[in-house]
Amino acid sequence: MKKIHWESVVMPLVGIALTLLAWQMISGRTVTRSLADGTVEEVKLGWVQDLPGPVQTWEKTRKYVVEPFAKREELDQGILRFTWYSLVIVAKGYAIALVLGTPMGFLLGLSATFSKMFDPIIQVLRPVSPLAWMPLGVVLFANAGKSANELAALFTIAVCAMWPTVLNTAVGVRAIPQDYLNVARVLKLSRTQTLFRIMIPATLPYMFTGYRLSLGIAWLVIVAVEMLTGRIGIGNFLWNEYNNGLYTSIVLCIVTIGLVGFSLDRAMSLLERRFKSIL
Amino acid sequence: MSFLVINQVSMGFGPPEARREVLSGVDLSVEQGEIIAIVGYSGAGKSTLLHLVSGLLKPDTGSVRLDGRIIEGPGPDRGVVFQNYSLLPWMTVAENIRLAVDSVFPGWTEAQRAEQVDRHIHLVNLTPARDRRPGELSGGMRQRVSVARALAMDPQILLLDEPLGALDALTRGTLQDEISRICRASGKTVVLITNDPDEGILMADRIIPLSAGPGATLGPSFPVVLDPTRDRRALNHDPHFKELRAEVVAWLLGPGARPAVSVSRKLILPDLEPEDLEIPKPLIGGRRRPRRRSEERRETVDLNP
Ligand SMILES: Nc1ncnc2c1ncn2[C@@H]1O[C@H](COP(=O)(O)OP(=O)(O)OP(=O)(O)O)[C@@H](O)[C@H]1O
Ligand SMILES: [Mg+2]
Repeated sequence: MKKIHWESVVMPLVGIALTLLAWQMISGRTVTRSLADGTVEEVKLGWVQDLPGPVQTWEKTRKYVVEPFAKREELDQGILRFTWYSLVIVAKGYAIALVLGTPMGFLLGLSATFSKMFDPIIQVLRPVSPLAWMPLGVVLFANAGKSANELAALFTIAVCAMWPTVLNTAVGVRAIPQDYLNVARVLKLSRTQTLFRIMIPATLPYMFTGYRLSLGIAWLVIVAVEMLTGRIGIGNFLWNEYNNGLYTSIVLCIVTIGLVGFSLDRAMSLLERRFKSIL
Repeated sequence: MSFLVINQVSMGFGPPEARREVLSGVDLSVEQGEIIAIVGYSGAGKSTLLHLVSGLLKPDTGSVRLDGRIIEGPGPDRGVVFQNYSLLPWMTVAENIRLAVDSVFPGWTEAQRAEQVDRHIHLVNLTPARDRRPGELSGGMRQRVSVARALAMDPQILLLDEPLGALDALTRGTLQDEISRICRASGKTVVLITNDPDEGILMADRIIPLSAGPGATLGPSFPVVLDPTRDRRALNHDPHFKELRAEVVAWLLGPGARPAVSVSRKLILPDLEPEDLEIPKPLIGGRRRPRRRSEERRETVDLNP
């Protein structure tokens, strides 16, 4: 028991250290050389000359990290402040995805006809990239004035993140044991009661698997959405810094996006496990 | 007219071209307040018969009447204890029973309903477990919750489908006594399904064997004339008990009631044809020629005494 605990802390740290080392080795560094004629020349060395190393990244980006919520200028804010903007828009789009996706999943699971009608369409729309949905969103909400941008973003997030919820809910509804439905029939539960007291609780574990996968996708989509719409947020920050040639910030953004995504997934899987343990 | 009347009921499953008759020509009548047991082989159609009474299934032909009315569908006048308990795992013991009480007695006050729930939990000796979920209960406890749920609906008839089938012999004995006591105290009509003739004799007023399927049908009734406060230890030496058991078992093992034994096996004929080296060997399942039809043959032999 003790040994497992020890390993589960140390091994990831070793992994991180090795990754940092490998990163340092392939990254480029800039060296100043004095030439014979007295002038100074900057030379880039290393395998990937433009990739900043870990130390350099830390030095250049620490102002975003040490004051994570600072707001110096519109495009110069703490990293968590940017993340927060992104999270807010993700939360809204995700909420729309769940509100639309869950009933859709129930319909698919309950009605064979509905399932036959719409399953092919869903299978075709599901693999479409956010980059493809975005322009459609912009067109759809072109007349919405000031909020057009936001609506297009929400549309893209919702339409991309919805599918795992829809499909998992449908699978869950189909997997409701006949026994539970028999109980409902013998007790003469009404339709609404059967839905709320039997079907939804029996489907919850599946629904939460869908919710967790959907959240992952919503967070994946946000970067693309911000790059295209220019909404302030972490994806937009990344894009701007790329255009300004500040590659250290790109690395910072990638790490932050990864950590946030990881935390969201962890939180959702805790919830999911709670519901699975009951059934 | 009897309370429950099953008249010439047949029931089968599957599409018309591949129909399997499960029950055929089943007749049964049960008086009010009577406890009857139906014993039969596994897979004979006992649960099917019970679900015809519960209304979860409709007979293909014939009719099932309760109190003179044809059964159209499930209803709270028939309390069912399902073979696999069928408790809802996300609800506590009290909530499971409460669900039944709420749906059967919508006119009752909150206090009346709570009292009904608590009284039935107490009846099956589960008061200490009232706030636990089914997952945290033993099989016997779940079984009792299921009985309490059925009784709390205050049904006219109680349908028990192998209520003790999944339990070990010792727990079974204790629960048999307990459920017997509860059923007799309630004075309700009870149909008990079981695969154990002893259990049937011990708990019921009348025991009826069901022959093996396909096309199972009920045998003659064997009335149990034993002291209702049967003591299971003394019973093993009771001549009437022994005789009754022998008769029921003899009927079940007799001609017509016994399941047809069939042996099915795959016959592989010896391979006489040489390999054809001209045909390139496939990557997987390396045979150089198509399988002959004659190679795979299934033979079924019916063994009848
Ligand atoms: N819904 C169904 N669809 C198709 N076949 C069914 C269905 N329900 C039961 N059967 C078939 O009917 C036969 C009798 O089943 P049933 O469940 O009534 O048996 P049983 O006597 O209760 O057996 P056990 O003692 O194992 O519970 C079985 O061969 C089963 O395969
Ligand atoms: Mg059965």
